[in-house]
Amino acid sequence: MNSDIGINMLAEIGVAERARRIRRTSLRMVHQARMGHPGGDLSCADILAVLYFHVLRLRPDAPGDPARDRFVLSKGHASAALYATLAERGFFPAADLDTYMRPLSRLNGHPDRNKVPGVEANTGPLGHGLPIAVGMATAAKLDSASWRTFVLTGDGELQEGSNWEAAMAAAHLGLANLTVIVDRNRLQQGDRTEKTIALEPLADRWRTFGWGVVEVDGHDVEALAQVLGSLPARAGRPTCVIASTNKGRGVSFIEDRVEWHHRVPTDEELEAALVELEGEE
Amino acid sequence: MSAADCRVAFAETLIALAEQDRRIVAVVNDSVGSSNLKEFKRRFPDRLINVGIAEQNLVGVSAGLASAGKIPFTCGASCFITGRALEQIKADVAYSSHNVKLCGMSSGMAYGELGPTHHSIEDLAWTRAIANMTVIVPADPIETAAVMRAAAAADGPFFLRISRMPVPTVTAGVRPFEIGRAVTLRAGRDVTLVAAGVTVGRALEAAALLASDGVDAAVVNLSTVRPIDRDAIVDAARRGPIVTVEEHTIHGGLGSAVAEVVVTTHPVRMRLLGVPGVFAPTGSSEFLLDHFGITSAGIRSAALELLR
Repeated sequence: MNSDIGINMLAEIGVAERARRIRRTSLRMVHQARMGHPGGDLSCADILAVLYFHVLRLRPDAPGDPARDRFVLSKGHASAALYATLAERGFFPAADLDTYMRPLSRLNGHPDRNKVPGVEANTGPLGHGLPIAVGMATAAKLDSASWRTFVLTGDGELQEGSNWEAAMAAAHLGLANLTVIVDRNRLQQGDRTEKTIALEPLADRWRTFGWGVVEVDGHDVEALAQVLGSLPARAGRPTCVIASTNKGRGVSFIEDRVEWHHRVPTDEELEAALVELEGEE
Repeated sequence: MSAADCRVAFAETLIALAEQDRRIVAVVNDSVGSSNLKEFKRRFPDRLINVGIAEQNLVGVSAGLASAGKIPFTCGASCFITGRALEQIKADVAYSSHNVKLCGMSSGMAYGELGPTHHSIEDLAWTRAIANMTVIVPADPIETAAVMRAAAAADGPFFLRISRMPVPTVTAGVRPFEIGRAVTLRAGRDVTLVAAGVTVGRALEAAALLASDGVDAAVVNLSTVRPIDRDAIVDAARRGPIVTVEEHTIHGGLGSAVAEVVVTTHPVRMRLLGVPGVFAPTGSSEFLLDHFGITSAGIRSAALELLR
């Protein structure tokens, strides 16, 4: 739908640069809070940047606009990445990010829609985002409204059965206005997904549930923009975008290492990470 | 007194509300028949959303519908909607502050012989423990209709406990239902019987028996279990001892809710009638209420013991 807009033409600051900033900011937030989920923050930064700076029709000055596209972060533990994205997009001042997980901060470890402008769902327990998104998409369809619903899930999260209840319902209800993006970084809290409870053949599973399925490099912002600009992938059906990602993407010593699910960088590690994430600042 | 199934009033009121307000939708887990929604489906086919036998999705979808401005009345057997989807009720509905009306149908021991898997004698304990929930147990068809209207008009998460057991009309001519306000159905000076839902009729019968014993028993219909009417309970405690009567485990339900107020304001002796922390044996719903002493005779003896 937006595919006629060249992705780096959208604004002075390109989407890839937005993703780099989201990575730096979220890592700083985790370091400062001494708590968080840096691996998952870094793995979804490009997806969030493409969504918030290219795909989603939103008005940060009117976060409750009924006509807005909805985005649900089902992997709510990637809250630092979400808050960094929302601040970058202008939903609230970037200075607020310093309060991440501090006492009485509105920036809780998992997002709260009643406190944070731009947050659509109170996620945290896994397997909740997709059912909520199915409800949102159903409401839009009932109203013949043109707004769309996007939900980002982790991959390990797909072990929760509630996702498959929702997947069945979305296909049956013909929710072509619904897109799930799977952050397929192949790691979960304890181990690799395929060593825990295997998800493959993941694309086939979504296909047999009646969804249109696209596989894409989840760090290639041009490719993501192309896919998310050509929805639905299959007429009359909800779309599943399996975004192949790398947990901890952008920082060599965090990448693809299971312990960084919720490890906190030391001062030296943060410094080294920010050097790796340096750009045109 | 003739007895009626509250689901009839439930369905009629939901249709009337849906006619007036396009935002109202029904969401079901294949429970179109057991929630008595066939006529709703015929009238509003697009507004009856059946997610199939999938309660986690049922509640999550309802939260999503509410976030987009719909007013979902989400209906399923109370044992499944609460037990199976409690985390969704907590996170997606209550914590998220979504305007979802969860309707736990055929609650308590209404499923009788189907057994403890289908009994819902923990639902009040579970739902009233969750912040931001309003929990209501209507006593008869008149109150069921009033509760539905009040819930539709109020913005916020509700749990409505709707029985299928035939109940007598007990709220005709009394002060109309208001959220959070207990109603005294019978004044009395010696002891107060506090009940909700299917136990209200039995409490009124017990009060009549007690009158023949020379005991003047008040009967309070505590249909809103959360937020509780503290003033009504303190008033009752000032009068004398209290017997609570619930079709629910006595651990964490209506009796516990009353006791929490009593012990922190005006401690008096209490008896908590209900299911005493066991799984029920095989039997009809009526049989099981009798078996556990949730009867006019059982309530009468509890009151007399307290006054002895």
